[in-house]
Amino acid sequence: MPELSKTKLNEISKRKTSPWVDGLKVNARQYSMFIALVAIWLMFTALTGGTFLSARNLSNLFVQNSFIAILAVGMVLVIVAGHIDLSVGSIAGFAGGIAAMLNVGIRSGETGEIIFRMGTWESILVAMIAGLLIGVWQGYWIAFQGIPAFIVTLAGMLVFRGLLIAMTGGQTITPLEDSFKALGQNYIPQLFMQGTVGKDIPFHDFSLLATFGGIILFTIFDYLNRAKKKKYGFDVLSAGLQLSRVFGISVLIFAIAAAMIFYRGIPFSIVITIALVLLFTFITNKTVFGRQVYAIGGNKEAARLSGINIRSRTMMIFVIMGMLSALSGIVFSARLDSAASSSGNLFELDAIAAAIIGGTSTLGGEGTIIGAIIGALVMGSLNNGMSLMGWSAEWQMVVKGLVLLLAVLFDRVSRSKKA
Amino acid sequence: MNDYVFEMKDICKDFPGVRALDGVNFRVKRGEIHALVGENGAGKSTLMKILSGLHPSGTFEGAIFVDGEEKHFSHIKDSEHAGIVVIYQELALVAQLSVGENIYLGNELQKNGIINWEQVSFNSRKYLADVGLKSITPETKVFNLGIGQQQLVEIAKALVKKASILILDEPTAALNEEESTNLLNILRELKSKGVTCIYISHKLEEVMHIADSVTVLRDGKSIQTLGVHEDGGMTEDKMINLMVGRTLTQRYPRLPHNTGEVVLDVRDWTVEHPMISGKTIINNINFQVRKGEILGIAGLMGAGRTELAMSLFGAYGTVLSGEIILNGISISNRNPKDSINHGMCYLSEDRKGNGLVLGMDILANITLASLDKVSGGGLLQTPGIALSTAGIINQFQEIIISNKYVKELRIKTPSINQKVVNLSGGNQQKVSLAKWLLADPIVLILDEPTRGIDVGAKYEIYNIMNELVDNGVCIIMISSELPEILGMCDRIIVMHDGRVTGELKGDEATQEKAMYYATGGR
Repeated sequence: MPELSKTKLNEISKRKTSPWVDGLKVNARQYSMFIALVAIWLMFTALTGGTFLSARNLSNLFVQNSFIAILAVGMVLVIVAGHIDLSVGSIAGFAGGIAAMLNVGIRSGETGEIIFRMGTWESILVAMIAGLLIGVWQGYWIAFQGIPAFIVTLAGMLVFRGLLIAMTGGQTITPLEDSFKALGQNYIPQLFMQGTVGKDIPFHDFSLLATFGGIILFTIFDYLNRAKKKKYGFDVLSAGLQLSRVFGISVLIFAIAAAMIFYRGIPFSIVITIALVLLFTFITNKTVFGRQVYAIGGNKEAARLSGINIRSRTMMIFVIMGMLSALSGIVFSARLDSAASSSGNLFELDAIAAAIIGGTSTLGGEGTIIGAIIGALVMGSLNNGMSLMGWSAEWQMVVKGLVLLLAVLFDRVSRSKKA
Repeated sequence: MNDYVFEMKDICKDFPGVRALDGVNFRVKRGEIHALVGENGAGKSTLMKILSGLHPSGTFEGAIFVDGEEKHFSHIKDSEHAGIVVIYQELALVAQLSVGENIYLGNELQKNGIINWEQVSFNSRKYLADVGLKSITPETKVFNLGIGQQQLVEIAKALVKKASILILDEPTAALNEEESTNLLNILRELKSKGVTCIYISHKLEEVMHIADSVTVLRDGKSIQTLGVHEDGGMTEDKMINLMVGRTLTQRYPRLPHNTGEVVLDVRDWTVEHPMISGKTIINNINFQVRKGEILGIAGLMGAGRTELAMSLFGAYGTVLSGEIILNGISISNRNPKDSINHGMCYLSEDRKGNGLVLGMDILANITLASLDKVSGGGLLQTPGIALSTAGIINQFQEIIISNKYVKELRIKTPSINQKVVNLSGGNQQKVSLAKWLLADPIVLILDEPTRGIDVGAKYEIYNIMNELVDNGVCIIMISSELPEILGMCDRIIVMHDGRVTGELKGDEATQEKAMYYATGGR
């Protein structure tokens, strides 16, 4: 072994620990949210005699949460930029209604026969375009006319709920085509082993392979990133630490996926959610657009004077939110195999709560996608666990409200300690 | 002789990881104006927070005596009962309320919760007269007042609280020459009525004018207290030496610059007020800047200097007429983005409000204006390597560049991931400066670049300016400090009421002449 001077050794040992410790500090809030989530899970597992942690229940929990998670992803952008969107539930309901209506078919007022209908993909496309146009509509008033997002989206909440009720005539629109329903109810296909998981076969093979594939991809990305960091001469974790980190995260991924691997497989709605989480984590962390959104939320005037086009960014944010709302509504309709005038009711509150519980600052400028997903899971787990225990809906609302309040209190305390 | 109105003994105060105050002794004679000076971070604010009970008794070591009696303040109310009132740099008035309501805010003249408005109005008039605001009625809303008048309302508010010790933190930082003079006169009047004043300021000239004694703090220690009027007492140069702990050979490191051809030519520039249609705020302004030149824009507050700069930058008002010719080509800056792309950058006078995203780290602030510039240039950047491709940030490049600037501009920070809000004023200003240097400016407009930062950092910023000019950048410097603008600029234009009233060059540039033009003389 080559001789190293004492200072050099000190330097190296410092280098090994400091990024690790810094990282821990920076992410302390997110870790603590994650720990809270685990605590909630353990609590419900104990209270329900293990039912909560069963593969079947967790798999359902994830699916039930996917509509909110999809909305929460966009809500992070909206709140980070210093706005709010109260209309996402109504837009989700309206767009889901459009898709269902087109897919089920529009009946003639006189004869009652179906005079027009669309296939699954066409109706979904139309609903997505509707979401986009609604985003343009709201974005215009907010970005170009300077009306506060609170007002514009409060108006949108009424307008689109009203349009949904007018469109459905108060009726439940059903049944959807099988291929449409599959989006909310079905699972990715089995490859080699056919049959019912748990009865005919021990696990869902494609889901298992996909999970391993994901873990391998993550490991490769992590390694490439480390190599690049080294190439540019940055401090990196020691190989051992890095490896244990990769191992830890892999175990975590597998543990979460296990609920689906040992039930019926990964549902399509979860595939969509995961794809969105990856995409928007990338957008917020690695793109110019993402950075500018955070800058606008942090200090609008400084962002403007740094040459950032605030109007076009604001417009973009609401277009994204409109499309995500539509997607959420489509998945929701598919899951219920129907659309009704109450579809998406109060989704906006769950989505905002998920983002806030996940550490998005109500003042703008701070927030993460993964945090919002954890926030959505916290809310969803509370719903699910309390339902399993047979608590009535009114008490569930009380508990959820108090948890939101506690989360924000915790946020304030942890922030003021830092300062 | 032993008539000290208060005395702070051996004050030590620790913050996590830093000793902010280290055995400070500070005592003030009754009825004097006592200036407290020191670089940013020297501990002035912390000391005053201890005196006012904002850092409650028990969180620091040492003792406070008021009128010879030891006091333990655990709340601001406690210190106010002892007659100590602090007026902070950021004014604490409620803009939507009237002057009278503000003056009595927290000390409402009430009986059983019902306010006696007649009494409020009557008393407020008296207090307003005391601070020279006879023309203002107590019913005026505060947002209708200028910043200088608001400052005086703050003092009136302090008088309501029966303040016998008035602490003013940078009271003239946002005031123009006339308002400052007025404020200083009011302070002298209060002094004659027996009010003791503690005056915190970076403007040493002003300190020499107003103060009876000066205490210098440096690195959390009280260095020296000297009278101003006595022989061998405090002088400006002495203060600077004590503050920085070294002798600055020159306060303004001006270098002879080789000026070249005209780079920026602004012709017939007229701008309409953004709120009041028909009112022009900038009138027919013509000026040129040459390569390698520092052009100063002097003038009093409200002369339209910032408005001129912001309108050139595409960030203010409606341009009614005029042309910007940059390197021989006529350009139009519809918004800041256009301007930045053309190579004209503007460092805002309000670095916290308009310059920096305080909650973001140093790295993100430095690269903010250059992320999506077509092919990154920048003075320190490797040419040809852009900060982003197809909207995706090249994060390694970003880290390398930010580190370079942190090193080059000597920004004091443990890492580029430090949030800007945690930096001192001088270091924050360097981050703002780094942002614009990275944007590769041809013309860099610096609006009050040294406002509210300490002497050492000021000197460093002057040096950076010189270096930029040597590299061929044109600098336009707006400053309210005449000595600074005279010391640093090759040529000065003076503005008054939206017009250029004079131009000063070389030896003919004196404070008196600049003042003459700035007050509207031609």
